[in-house]
Amino acid sequence: MADLRTPELGHIVVLAGGLSYEREVSLRSGRRVADALRSLDLDVEIRDADATLLDALQAAPPDAVLPVLHGSMGEDGAIRDVLDLLDVPYVGAGPQACRIAWDKPTAKSVVRAAGLTTPPSVTLPKEVFHDLGAAALLDRVVSRLDLPLFVKPARGGSALGVSVVREAGDLPAAMVGCFAYGDAALIERYVEGTEIAVSVIERDGEPVALPAVEIVPAGELYDYTARYDAGDTEFVTPARISDEAARQAADAAVTAHRALGLRDLSRTDLIVDAVGRVNFLEVNVAPGMTETSLFPRAVTAAGLDLGRTLRDLIARRRFP
Amino acid sequence: MHQHSRTDPYADRYADRAAGMVASEIRALFAVASRPEVVSLAGGMPNIAALPLDVIGGMLDELTRRRGAEALQYASAQGDPELRARICEVMALEGVHGSPDDVIVTVGSQQALDLLTRIFVDPGDVVLAEAPSYVGALGTFAMYQADVVHVPLDSEGLVPAALRETLERLRREGRRVKFLYTVPTFQNPAGVTLTAARRAELLDICAAHGVLVIEDNPYGLLGFDGEPMRALRADDPDHVIYLGSFSKTFAPGFRIGWALAPHAVRAKLVLAAESAILSHASFSQFAVREYLMTQPWHQQIKSFREMYRERRDAMLDALESMMPAGCTWTRPAGGFFVWLTLPEGLDAKAMAPRAIADRVAYVPGTGFYADGQGRRNMRLSYCYPEPDRIREGVRRLASVVEREIELRDTFGTGRAPERSGVDTPGPDTA
Repeated sequence: MADLRTPELGHIVVLAGGLSYEREVSLRSGRRVADALRSLDLDVEIRDADATLLDALQAAPPDAVLPVLHGSMGEDGAIRDVLDLLDVPYVGAGPQACRIAWDKPTAKSVVRAAGLTTPPSVTLPKEVFHDLGAAALLDRVVSRLDLPLFVKPARGGSALGVSVVREAGDLPAAMVGCFAYGDAALIERYVEGTEIAVSVIERDGEPVALPAVEIVPAGELYDYTARYDAGDTEFVTPARISDEAARQAADAAVTAHRALGLRDLSRTDLIVDAVGRVNFLEVNVAPGMTETSLFPRAVTAAGLDLGRTLRDLIARRRFP
Repeated sequence: MHQHSRTDPYADRYADRAAGMVASEIRALFAVASRPEVVSLAGGMPNIAALPLDVIGGMLDELTRRRGAEALQYASAQGDPELRARICEVMALEGVHGSPDDVIVTVGSQQALDLLTRIFVDPGDVVLAEAPSYVGALGTFAMYQADVVHVPLDSEGLVPAALRETLERLRREGRRVKFLYTVPTFQNPAGVTLTAARRAELLDICAAHGVLVIEDNPYGLLGFDGEPMRALRADDPDHVIYLGSFSKTFAPGFRIGWALAPHAVRAKLVLAAESAILSHASFSQFAVREYLMTQPWHQQIKSFREMYRERRDAMLDALESMMPAGCTWTRPAGGFFVWLTLPEGLDAKAMAPRAIADRVAYVPGTGFYADGQGRRNMRLSYCYPEPDRIREGVRRLASVVEREIELRDTFGTGRAPERSGVDTPGPDTA
């Protein structure tokens, strides 16, 4: 990629905040990203996705937008539909690809069709439990999938509302916790193993996997607190997995990126199980960019600079 | 070569007392709660928009010109003598007669609480607190590794019989009780007030057991009916340490609170304050002193009371007409807060994200206990939103609770798995 001189990129808007549960994380991501770009002397403005956004974008259209909105609107394609309507170029996947990636069960079936392994699961909306009765349905889920189970909202991020269930009796509470963050729950067989995240960036239009980052939470779960606060989550780069597993993981992340029609950047969360098999969990179209996030760690592990990496992605959208 | 790193590279270097200081995911939700789209019944911010800001601006301007050389200089850790004299006049409204010599000015009453815990509490010592209790106090007690033992309260405040039983049990167990922390008037978060009869009983019990009482009274002058309640300190100067604050009666931005303590305790507090902050914010002290000397502050408190009473009425009326059966709540006669109890089996903390999605915020009850109680409770504040917004907020909340009852009936539980961390908002959340 040509090292473009900064003035040519023009005015860049980093979209951060929004009204999702991940507002706080998004604001932190936005500040981090803006700082990284400003250190390259780029003209960067951070904007919230609120009632003033449309007027501002129309009054002074930016040369490019970098969305770091997490959660709904940021990742479900909506904000990108809006940017398309305004003819504003932006970094990242288009709306349709976002919609597919955002819906975890849909993303799982797409990557499964592309040849990836993903843990067996069932996705059920709240109403089904209400209408048909929860007890029998949950019994059936347990006997079909086996314990332990992983319960998470079918759409959503930052591990909000997730639980590991080791006893069938704990499943109802896990469902209640999950439905706090969405109206459909993905119940998945919990795969024990090494939890890794593989970030992907595009170079000259080709997706390239960055080194896998291994996550070792202090507790059982890499939950919201472990992600952003606790301080005792450990990250290992590159992940302590076999060369073969590392190759498979890189392939899986690139395959997911391609199969889901993603663009510019993504982060795929995977588990390498006891026999070295790589399992797809989910993909993020607007990966976290906070000081504790995985994507920036992968960029650093690859010997790259976050600001320059993002600048190159912006340049590609600005001058397609 | 594998690189190991952590979310916090200093994670294994912190003192034991800092290890548990983690914000929960619920706290992060308050980033959304402070957006204008959300009706926040969560924060405890006083409505300072009701202050005559231009008049105060003129006063501060004049203060800087006239006395800037003093007001911008270092000052003593005990606080400005003239301000301390004015503070004694304020306390006299609640029957407290103390000497300015026994007053120490603090950075909000929160610092007084911090200093008192610092000088009295060793790790493992017992501190008694109401159930529920003020979250900022619980945070301080946790910081000094106190063992908080809760004493229940009801609509008439702390229950004396329960206090007696608790003290007797702790005595049998050979536990050391350092003090009872109480907010007797318009309690945060419960909104209840200790009755006059119970005040006498509480003082008798504590005197009999040799237990010091810390009376935290930030809302005492914000009663909606009649004269201010007589403070505990008024009837037992030797065993009660009184904490006061201008945060609710004037403005929290100056961060001026105080403690009135027995002489020897006050002397230790001053030394502790010197180690903590060296010197007080002189400018803030001069500002509050000037305000008390030149402005009609009694009148201002009266207009605060009227405003908060109207908001309290709006909240109680809305709760009465909209909340589903099975919910109960307190009826505060002053202060900022209503304490709501959800129907059996519901979990206010688990419900919080759904409420935020419906654009209404409250504080889950668990933050007001040191021992995991409070899952069925929430604190609703009426101090900040306008009455129409309060009604809209309660309407949204009622609809969330109705769906929550349905969820509980579906799954046989309304409780989600326990999550750790601080799950109350910061003080700057409206």
